[in-house]
Amino acid sequence: MSDTQLEADVTVNAVGSSCPGPMMDLIGKAKDVDPGTVIRLQSSNEGTEPDVAEWAEESGNELLEVLDRGDHWELYVQIND
Amino acid sequence: MTERVVIVGGGTAGSVLANSLADEVAAEIDAGDVEVVLINDSEEHVYKPTWLYVPFGEKTPEDAKRPLNDLIDGRVELMIDRVSAVDTDAETVSFDGGRDDLAYDHLVLAMGAQVTPEKTPGLVEGGHHFYGPEATAALREALAEFTEGHLVMSVIGVPHMCPVAPLEFPLMADTWLRERGLREDVEITYTYPINRAHGIESVAEWVGPLMEARDITVETFFNPERVDPDDTVVHTVEGRELSYDLLVSIPPHDGSDVVRDAGLGDDGWVDVDPATLEATAAENVYALGDIADLPTSKAGSAAHYAATSLADRLSSVVRGERPTAEYDGKTVCFIESGEDEATYIAFDYEEEPTPKPPSTLIHWSKLGYNQSYWLTARGVL
Repeated sequence: MSDTQLEADVTVNAVGSSCPGPMMDLIGKAKDVDPGTVIRLQSSNEGTEPDVAEWAEESGNELLEVLDRGDHWELYVQIND
Repeated sequence: MTERVVIVGGGTAGSVLANSLADEVAAEIDAGDVEVVLINDSEEHVYKPTWLYVPFGEKTPEDAKRPLNDLIDGRVELMIDRVSAVDTDAETVSFDGGRDDLAYDHLVLAMGAQVTPEKTPGLVEGGHHFYGPEATAALREALAEFTEGHLVMSVIGVPHMCPVAPLEFPLMADTWLRERGLREDVEITYTYPINRAHGIESVAEWVGPLMEARDITVETFFNPERVDPDDTVVHTVEGRELSYDLLVSIPPHDGSDVVRDAGLGDDGWVDVDPATLEATAAENVYALGDIADLPTSKAGSAAHYAATSLADRLSSVVRGERPTAEYDGKTVCFIESGEDEATYIAFDYEEEPTPKPPSTLIHWSKLGYNQSYWLTARGVL
């Protein structure tokens, strides 16, 4: 198990949600937070990482780090302007 | 002692469950051992898929309604009131109207989903939708007056009721406009929040070429955060802008504050075991239909199949037997594809659907099912 120095401002727990639930939960949260906010998205869906990576690039946000927590992944996403 | 099953919500999930359960435990009800109470905040049952046809003049909002009293088994006690709170420790429900709290032995939450267009700034003023009798009637008027310009169908809320409705609307609008000789003067755009045209991958693969063939532009990674109703522009989280002349949306959806306040699900959807439909946060509580946070679509068929599974489980429980019936996620959705054709998808928790080529026969089957639905609500079909 890896660890991170990153500190999330907000956590979105989407463990157990099927695609596209986790990414929709992330986007829903992104609408509500201030620029600069780091969101920790927890997902057990293996499609979440490539989808979020692509969305982050498309939307000008940044996928900072992905951690494998065994039964789920944690994706750290910084919401930009 | 009488075992009381309380069902909150008289939509597809609650009605099918009440009728199926009343049928399965008829003898126990007649003997006074079991009581089934169905609570609904209106005297009418509403079949929501009807609303899709209203903008095209094929149905009216009245067609979607039937008196609950005519649909529900006489062994079920029907209570018209609005549940305001659930206390899972005391095992009671409270009411808006001042009625005394009602104790339950087994509680089933089936209150459905609500649309919340007000959560997207400008959407109420700038957009239309078809999730409700007034909304779909207003869209019918707007569409009837619409002769040229840009029609945008934007999926804003996911999850939403009826997983394929946002695909059906632009495909049906395409045909409707062609039949009126207006299609060349109307541009149609369909937008979806993720990187493909639909959340279900095989459906996205099927509908992409179909949309292209019908000259419907597909925009993906498109997440509206506000609508400017004066300038008629949609602004997205991704920093994009899209001008429209007629905006039709799938609005954001929400579960229920009753669920949040009872600690049964932070997002307003009830956290449940997908197979047994038991709430994870409380004993003797179940959820069915759109209000349940299940890894399948919020569809009437999912509510129907889950309700019959839960009727089996609850009939075992009230008899003191070990329940064995489980819901496997079975869901079937017809998909209107325009040109008087339709297809359907069938799937469950394990299997992805494979859309068949659309046909006129399936279109008429769907219209036929819309009539025979009233037998489903009665627990017959």
